[in-house]
Amino acid sequence: MNRHIKTWLKQHAHAFFFSLGQYVKNPINNILTTFVIGISLAFPTGFYVFLNNIQILSSGWEESIEINLFLDTAINEQEANIIVNRLSKRNDVSEIILIKKDEALAEYKELSGFSDALDVLDENPFPNVILVKQALKNTDEYKTKKLISELEAMTEIDNIQYDNTWVKRLIRILDIIKIVIFIISTLLAIAVLLIVGNTIRLSIYSYRDEIEITKLFGGTDSFIQRPFLYSGFWYGLFGGVIAWLLITASLHILSEPIKNLSNLYAGDFQLVGLGPTNTLYLLSAGVLLRLLGSWVSVKRHLYAIEAK
Amino acid sequence: MAYPAGNKALLDINLNIDKGEMVYVSGRSGAGKSTLLKLINLIDRSTRGQIIVKGQSLERIKKNHVPIFRRNIGFIFQNHRLLNDRTIFDNVALPLIIAGNNHHDVKRRVQASLDKVDLLSKINSYPMELSGGEQQRIGVARAVVHRPAILLADEPTGNLDPTLSWEMMSLFEQFNQVGVTVLIASHELDMIKHMKKRIIILNKGRITNDSEISERVVKN
Repeated sequence: MNRHIKTWLKQHAHAFFFSLGQYVKNPINNILTTFVIGISLAFPTGFYVFLNNIQILSSGWEESIEINLFLDTAINEQEANIIVNRLSKRNDVSEIILIKKDEALAEYKELSGFSDALDVLDENPFPNVILVKQALKNTDEYKTKKLISELEAMTEIDNIQYDNTWVKRLIRILDIIKIVIFIISTLLAIAVLLIVGNTIRLSIYSYRDEIEITKLFGGTDSFIQRPFLYSGFWYGLFGGVIAWLLITASLHILSEPIKNLSNLYAGDFQLVGLGPTNTLYLLSAGVLLRLLGSWVSVKRHLYAIEAK
Repeated sequence: MAYPAGNKALLDINLNIDKGEMVYVSGRSGAGKSTLLKLINLIDRSTRGQIIVKGQSLERIKKNHVPIFRRNIGFIFQNHRLLNDRTIFDNVALPLIIAGNNHHDVKRRVQASLDKVDLLSKINSYPMELSGGEQQRIGVARAVVHRPAILLADEPTGNLDPTLSWEMMSLFEQFNQVGVTVLIASHELDMIKHMKKRIIILNKGRITNDSEISERVVKN
């Protein structure tokens, strides 16, 4: 039994080194093939990263509803502060900001250019406005509606305004984008399978003579499969590495502009890249794809030979 | 044995070949010589009848035992069928690698085998660099490197001029002298007749002449 294991190990060692040697001997061909795999893998993975980031982004937006409470003009600053205190005790509210009528007037003067016209007025036409920001955690449509209806019921307010519709529209758009991305990713994944499968088929086709002769001299199917599986392993691994490099480089290039953009939106959004777990998945996917493809291709050749 | 189109390649073959014998199978093209060899190497399977090699009935051999069975046979193809992208060394070493010999053994045996066919100098060349005759001899070296019990040669002198053909046949004789059972298919009847060995003549799939009188089932 020991001798069998020794032989088996020997054959694996032989295949291991030989496939590496073959790889080195034909660098141009092999690098092309490896790049094909790398780029094909990079596309769906890149889209997955994109999707991931969009999800993180949109989950921030979904929950932050802002409600503007326009207080009755009779209410002065002191009374407004009392209301603010009362509201801030609510647990479905994250932030309360009071915009005093003086501030509002000053801002409007500056932005609108009607400052002269406004000076004519005796009284400040602006009311005090309370800005209510909904709490981010554990919200849903029901809680949102409850908050709004309770605020509406307040006697001190004149008018209530919330930009719910705008946010809802954005969310619906994002949903559609997510679906589109998913469809494209699926198509790309299929394309990857086809491309990789075809590349393997072509490279193994050139070995069909060798496969047949080996079979005629008593090589078992697994003996014949072994070198192809090993070289498939190398192709898959290096292809995965290339995919990872492409994505990491792309993310690096994008990170500056995106940081600038998110700063304009007063956010601190940071691109999430491929973590170590995902990288492992990527490399394994590359290897598995290639192994499976090699195995299937060689098997088909073996069947074809036996049918002759 | 019948081909899918319905033509019967071999019919009513009753043949016995003893261990250590050297037999020529001759006949015109299409007579079934190649088929006979292929049946023994299990490249083709008989549709009817029985083939017994070394006491083993070939129909009984299961698919995953076929490789092991083939390792005890050396096959020489009609058109050498060497692998062009591998060196001569790799080509000849193939049966030994399949059998799992270690590197040292492989090297030694390949050199011995190439020496036997007088082509040791070409050990690192590629098949394309050799002449037709040399390629054929490499094919022979490959077929004997693992010291099989049975040697099957399908038209081994096809590409060779008379001198080389003669040399090849005497090579086979030498192998036979050390105990290898040799079966050679060749249509060059005139040359074969000079070898003074048993000759079986096939015509349209049947044996029409057997220079050995007795008739028994093929068994080694």
